[in-house]
Amino acid sequence: MTFRSMAIRGGSASLAVLLALAGPAAAAVDSAQAVTAKECGACHMVFPADMLPARSWTAIMAGLSDHFGENAALDPAAAMQIGGYLTTHAADASGMNKHALRGLAANMTPLRITDTPAWIRAHKGEVSPAAFTSPKVKSKSNCVACHAEAARGVFGDD
Amino acid sequence: MIKMIPVLSFAVLCASATLAISAPGAGQQTVLDRYAAEAKAAAPAFAGFSAERGKAFFLAHPASGKPDTPSCTTCHTADARQIGHSRAGKEIGPLAVSATPDRFTDIAKTEKWFTRNCDSVLGRACTAAEKGDFITFMVSQ
Repeated sequence: MTFRSMAIRGGSASLAVLLALAGPAAAAVDSAQAVTAKECGACHMVFPADMLPARSWTAIMAGLSDHFGENAALDPAAAMQIGGYLTTHAADASGMNKHALRGLAANMTPLRITDTPAWIRAHKGEVSPAAFTSPKVKSKSNCVACHAEAARGVFGDD
Repeated sequence: MIKMIPVLSFAVLCASATLAISAPGAGQQTVLDRYAAEAKAAAPAFAGFSAERGKAFFLAHPASGKPDTPSCTTCHTADARQIGHSRAGKEIGPLAVSATPDRFTDIAKTEKWFTRNCDSVLGRACTAAEKGDFITFMVSQ
């Protein structure tokens, strides 16, 4: 079981086409995406929004003053933009990749991608637990340590 | 003796270059002026910022905030000129102004990070005096 299916995605080329076609509305989306990439990316890899359901992103954005052990508070305008982007591009948003929802009960609100059944299944037996704490990886949330193209949402077998 | 002159002028050049780096740029000065005004309003006896106090503040181990971030050096290392790492493994550019010239030139960005990190590390907001001392130390680095 791998995330290879997730490698087949829209990618930035089709996004550019979309932006060119859709005009001002798409520019607002792009700006929200840019703010999300800048703010979230200051501390960690910019996790693809469609790896968690919208309810998870809502819960994460509501708890930024204690974000996995750190204060990651944002000004209200940026938080609104980022929350909007994440929930409209979440795994259960229309037209998005549903892969991350597999095995996830409707009453579960995971705050970590690494707590989703889809993530656990993809890594079980394939990656030793020690690999995640090795100095080069540091943390399970450092996807790019093993998946070079993770920031673009591409998670093949690397 | 004549040979000494180029050596000496080189030394003078180096010294003046060091001085130039140690002085805050216009952007840092604007941020420092704001914190100085706040510090003065909080304590009329305020007599200016100190790089020494800023250094001690940066290297301290308060452990009074969130357990995963007991000190500034947890992420930034004890050498402000070095690259640090977030707990999630992402690189953090050096805090030292000599290494990252645009540090502390944007008040909104500076305030955002003091707000977050003072709470994470100290469990409270930093005072304007502490922020000014911290920046003054980073300007000297």
